[in-house]
Amino acid sequence: MKRFIAFVRKEFYHIVRDRRTAAILFGMPILQLLLFGYAIRNEVSEVRTGILDMSHDTVTEAITDKLFSSGTFIFAGNLQSEKEIAPAFAAGRMNEVVVFEPDFAGRLQKDGVARMQVVTDGSDPNVSRIVTGYTQAVVSDYLAEQADGSARQVGVEAVPLMMFNPSLKSVYLFVPGLMAMILMLVSALMTSISITREKESGTMELLLVSSLRPVQIIVGKVVPYLLLSFVNVVTVVSLAYFVFGVPCRGNVALLFAESLLFIMTALSLGIMISTITNSQQVAMMVSLAGLLLPTVLLSGFIFPIHSMAWPLQVISNIIPARWYLVIVRGIMLKGAGIAVLWKETLTLLVMTVLFMAASVRKFSERLQ
Amino acid sequence: MKERIDKVRKSLTVVAHLLRKEFLQIFRNKGMLPIMFVMPFIQLIILANAATFDVPEVPFHLQDFDRTALSDRLVKRFTSTGYFKMTGESFRQGNAIGVLTGNRADMVLTIPKDFEQEMMTTGHAQVQLLIDAEDGFTAGVIQGYANDIVTAFNRDLPELLPQLAGTQIVQPVIDIQSRGWYNPELVYIDYMVPGVLVVLVTLIGLFLSGMNVVREKEIGTIDQINVTPIRRWQFITGKLLPFWIIALGELTVGLIIARAIFHVPMLGHYYVIYLVAAIYLLVVLGMGLLISTVTESQQQAMFIAWFFIVIFVLLSGLFTPIQSMPHWAQNLTLANPVRHFVDIMRRVMLKGSNLGDIAKPFGILGLEAVVMLALAVNRYRKTSE
Amino acid sequence: MAEAVIQTEKLTRKFGSFTAVDEISFSVASGEIFGFLGANGAGKTTAMKMLTGLLAPTSGEATVAGFDVYRETESIRRNIGYMSQRFSLYDDLTPRENIRFFGGIYGLGSSELREKGERLLDSLDLQESADTRLAALPLGWKQKLAFSVALLHEPKLIFLDEPTGGVDPVTRRRFWDMIYDATDRGVTVFVTTHYMDEAEYCDRVSIMVDGRIAALDTPAMLKKQFAAETMNEVFIQLARPAKRGEG
Repeated sequence: MKRFIAFVRKEFYHIVRDRRTAAILFGMPILQLLLFGYAIRNEVSEVRTGILDMSHDTVTEAITDKLFSSGTFIFAGNLQSEKEIAPAFAAGRMNEVVVFEPDFAGRLQKDGVARMQVVTDGSDPNVSRIVTGYTQAVVSDYLAEQADGSARQVGVEAVPLMMFNPSLKSVYLFVPGLMAMILMLVSALMTSISITREKESGTMELLLVSSLRPVQIIVGKVVPYLLLSFVNVVTVVSLAYFVFGVPCRGNVALLFAESLLFIMTALSLGIMISTITNSQQVAMMVSLAGLLLPTVLLSGFIFPIHSMAWPLQVISNIIPARWYLVIVRGIMLKGAGIAVLWKETLTLLVMTVLFMAASVRKFSERLQ
Repeated sequence: MKERIDKVRKSLTVVAHLLRKEFLQIFRNKGMLPIMFVMPFIQLIILANAATFDVPEVPFHLQDFDRTALSDRLVKRFTSTGYFKMTGESFRQGNAIGVLTGNRADMVLTIPKDFEQEMMTTGHAQVQLLIDAEDGFTAGVIQGYANDIVTAFNRDLPELLPQLAGTQIVQPVIDIQSRGWYNPELVYIDYMVPGVLVVLVTLIGLFLSGMNVVREKEIGTIDQINVTPIRRWQFITGKLLPFWIIALGELTVGLIIARAIFHVPMLGHYYVIYLVAAIYLLVVLGMGLLISTVTESQQQAMFIAWFFIVIFVLLSGLFTPIQSMPHWAQNLTLANPVRHFVDIMRRVMLKGSNLGDIAKPFGILGLEAVVMLALAVNRYRKTSE
Repeated sequence: MAEAVIQTEKLTRKFGSFTAVDEISFSVASGEIFGFLGANGAGKTTAMKMLTGLLAPTSGEATVAGFDVYRETESIRRNIGYMSQRFSLYDDLTPRENIRFFGGIYGLGSSELREKGERLLDSLDLQESADTRLAALPLGWKQKLAFSVALLHEPKLIFLDEPTGGVDPVTRRRFWDMIYDATDRGVTVFVTTHYMDEAEYCDRVSIMVDGRIAALDTPAMLKKQFAAETMNEVFIQLARPAKRGEG
């Protein structure tokens, strides 16, 4: 045990002594979370909108007025015909063109149905989808107001209640995602080279002839990083709460405990990468180039997992960040407790054990 | 004149020797080959599919406190359209939020007691939609689906409740057709494939070049090179070219995959893409070599490279719109080479833009290439201070 | 005395407040084997790096092969060979590839390269392993190969930074035979070592202590001066008062 503690201490010094690397390790998460927390949003604040009104009646004008009075839509010009749409998009002058069919008010009155078109620049489907949604919302509002004004309402009325995030801020969605991504990548990267570096510098032999058991070596490599990574957990959670105002409706202690578990998973994954690769280069490529995009894309950070095709949903199960994301959003936004999150917690736990076991096993093979 | 040509030839021979050596080393590194040549394409094929905001069947939970014929009809409306899928039912007040917290449904539909009664007597009744708005965008879509269903239900009400016949309950409807120009069905694949491809090529290029020089420092071979009369530009060129060639090769494979597997349209010209790629890669690799020359260990180099890559990727407009960013961040992205190349790829492939259309981002890339290469050559010192 | 190939005058290198090399002045004659001795941290490698153009001096003057170490580093590089203590050929390349690469960046033509390369492989008895990766070869062979590669472009002067570290005395002896062969062809050798038996092989030896040259003469004269049987004793007498410890 004494030897083990000495070993952990040595590893610890190793990390802290390299000032430059230490600065990067602790500075980077703060900088990235601040930068992305402000920049990664999916609200669109200025929709440059063109109007192609083939009817020019009171209704189309009322809708147009309503559109531009919301503040989100910015008038970008009137179009005279469909032919003008293409050049407007090609030049990037407009994000959207709203088209009203001829005799719009008349048809609405007579048939109860009038048609309008929302044409968006589909080369960015993200913006298209958001902008279309906004426009639809404005039109629904208009109709609702009309209905309120006329007699009393008849029929069923669906009263929506937006839970957990009433103002639909995307910051609440993305900040937890950023936390997961940053913690995952930084932690995995830290340990992924810890063993390969020893292999390359030749100090591995020293470790091998020492009387430390493989489990002790593996755990000894993880523990110092666990302590250091926890510093990152604290800063990242504090930034989310204090700077971005993401509420923490659940238990803070639980949030920290789960975060600790998650970095443990990431560090173990790093160690596993370290034991199965033979050079620092390969280890770093696997932990960086191999983890970056899957963590961003398959964790539910930006793209909802339930929107994906089933094979991808299956693959997403092996991404640790996916589970942590559910946990963070659950605790912070929904105030969920362990009773709800036990499945995700258990998954991370199992992953950690598997990664560790695989590392120890691979490491022992080397000993023989 | 002849002497001059001879000198140039000799000079290039040195570069060729360096090139040869780098290629030998790259292809001899067995552990690295699959990471360079297999992993990116697996990622491309799998991950390009992941990006979608489609909201498929929304799982919803039902709390029907009325349990009448009418409430049943309304519920059937929800379950029969294909937009909603019922995952559970309960009859206890206050249970609804627990359902959302536990992620067992994205919406809870609550039909109050006396729903039918109210409808018959007053012609008006409310139901409640409790929507999980963690993801605001999805929440909006769910609300839209629900409204459509309720509206359609209202239209059929006179048939269900004869006493309502004759009252004007048909609310006027504005039918909104949405259409994406260039991409009518808003297919995400077309949009994601070029972007993901750019990111993968960038990852490989930046990481490999970033580790390269500093690795020679770690092993000690850099001194052996530095005592030779090799020139700085020869050194940087010899280090840069192998990765430049490999990256262009990977881009080519990626474009073939885009075409053959994903059927991404190619409205523009390939030569435009390659011309831009040639310059773009100089920016990326120049930056990698710069990082490599100023760092002391591969680990440091990788941390720094990683730091930039994550910023480049997340602020590239690939996943979230640049338009959504605050103005200062939008300005920041003007310096982001990934942003420009993703933008150019999409424009050339999906809109058929030609060189003239992309002159501005192309110009920025050219400028960055010059700066990066100059810095890389300049920061590489054969004599340490 | 023949013309000086290396000439230094109060050559100094500081790292911050630490003076690694403190005003050393000496000259090395053409054709000489000049031994550069000193304990670890005495400043040997720093001095050598300045002379090979890898490190800029802080002050003082020096010329190598007739060129100034401040302004004419490129000319120096063309005229010297260098083999460093950190074994510095590429482990993942074969002997043949290493020869080709280093010869190539010194500007040797392809026919010249091939011819010299084959001759070199023959003389080192390496033909059989010519296409084996260096990593698989014994250290002694690698050192001999590195030495030969450093001489490929036929420099007048070669710097050897602890060239025989980590090998047994027999292998070291064979390595020195190669050094003698080179001097026979007129090459000047500047060698650092911490093996005192090797010091005996040098024409002249300088011993560095704490960044300064504490003694400089032929091995015979040094032994006489310090009334010692072996160079080792000379070294111990000189190095004892050293302030900088090992490492």
